[in-house]
This record gives sequence, structure tokens and C-alpha cells, in this order.
Amino acid sequence: MENINNINKENQVRDLKALEGMLKALKDELQGVKAKQPKEKLAMVVFSGDLDRALAAFIIATGAVAMGMEVTMFFTFWGTPLLRDPKKVGKGKDFFGKMFGMMLPKGLKAAKLSKLNMGGLGTGMMKYLMKKKNMASLEQLLEMAKELGVKIVICELSMQIMGFKKEEMIDYPDLIYAGVAKFLEEAMDSKVQLFI
Amino acid sequence: MTEEIKVDKVMDLKGLPCPMPVVKVSKAIKEVQVGQVIEAITSDPGSLADFPAWAKTSGNEILKTEQKDGLIKFYIKRKV
Repeated sequence: MENINNINKENQVRDLKALEGMLKALKDELQGVKAKQPKEKLAMVVFSGDLDRALAAFIIATGAVAMGMEVTMFFTFWGTPLLRDPKKVGKGKDFFGKMFGMMLPKGLKAAKLSKLNMGGLGTGMMKYLMKKKNMASLEQLLEMAKELGVKIVICELSMQIMGFKKEEMIDYPDLIYAGVAKFLEEAMDSKVQLFI
Repeated sequence: MTEEIKVDKVMDLKGLPCPMPVVKVSKAIKEVQVGQVIEAITSDPGSLADFPAWAKTSGNEILKTEQKDGLIKFYIKRKV
């Protein structure tokens, strides 16, 4: 009788231990799933340097922060010159770097409409209308993004190809230079991803 | 019948287009206590859809919406 009791007890302890192990495995798996779930974040590629597209990008970015999201904007290719500071100069450029520097707009103020630019006339008219309608300018939107804690990443490859120097880019508290992996890491972790 | 809503902060957002009304309200809501109410007045027709969308996402509540003379008045209660 005592023997049977002992065997039963041993079995129970074993079952309990097995259950505990399973529970721990489940907990670990759940934690892993939770960590992999996308968050209330927005990862945006700003590829275009056009005034209209940049406006859309900054309006969505600032709106997203208002909605409680964390926002990272990746500036690449034609979007990169938007973040040049017109008051700064990049030194030590080669021939191509100088050419790009001259030909590409310097900063947000120099951005032109993608359509109806008409030699700058359309862009001027749009800016006039924006002011009249109390709409924030690109420069104001950037200021707002800064205030709201929007993170900016500038594509290192674009900097190299276009020969831009870090010392000619804007002052921004949360700005880093990185490559595609940084964007993808952010994008995989974000519920919303945009390419503008 | 009409119940008076006790307002703790009034925001005049007239003349401001997208995204300013929502951006400003999202900042201001953090400056009042949970349970307090902001009265926000806008003239942007887009805010009719934007404010409820913002409230839903941010977890706050719009108690009442009034429309009069091209102006929209929202009573927003901080919930979180």
C-alpha cells in the first residue's frame, strides 16, 4: 500500500515538473511573439525632394506623433538635399560633389513643386496660397517635427554619391546617418511604413 | 435636457488647417489632468473626421461635437 502511494506521489511530482517546463516554454514563446509584434510606429522613406511630396511627408509625420506614434523619417536620394542647411558650406568636395552641390536645391526653402512649377511661378503661387490659408511651411513643419521628437535618418550612401558633407546638413537633435539595414530594422518594428 | 459640460481649457484653433488642430490638441491634452475637458474650436472641415480618429487612436473621448456658422466645437475628455 505504502509502495503504491509513493509511486503515485513520484508520478505527480514528475507531471508537475513537466507542466512547469511546458509553461515556461510557452511564456518564453509568448514573450518572443510580443517582442516581434510591430509597434505604434511609422517608418517613412522620403525619397523625393519635391515641395509637394515633402509637405505630405512632414504633415503625415507630425500628424502621426499627434496620434501617439513614434516616427522615423529616412531621407534618401533626392530627399537628402532637403536637409542641407543653406547657411552652411561643405568643404573638401571633389568635382562631382561640387557639381551636385551646385545643381541640387539647398534646403527645404529651395524645394520646387513636382507639377506646375512653371519656372518657379507655380511654386511661388503655392507658397503664397499656403501662407494665405495659414498652412505651415516646410521650415515650420521641420521645426514642429523637431519639437515633437520625430527622428531623422539620412542615407549615408546618398551623402557619399552626391558628395554632401555632414557639416553642411541641418542641426537636428535626433539625426543619424545610416544605411538600409537601419531603415528595415525600423520598418519591421513599425505598423505603418511609407515611401514618399 | 442639455447637460452643461464643465470645461477646463479652451483652445481657439480657428483658421488653422491640417495637421495643426490635431497636433495642438494632442499636445494640450497632456497638459490637463485625466478626466478634465478641453473645448477646441476649429474652422477646418477636415477636423470633423480627424478629431474622432485621433480620439479613438489616442484613447481619449469626444463628449460632444457642435457645428455652427462654419465653426466646429469639440468637447474632449482626457481619458488616459
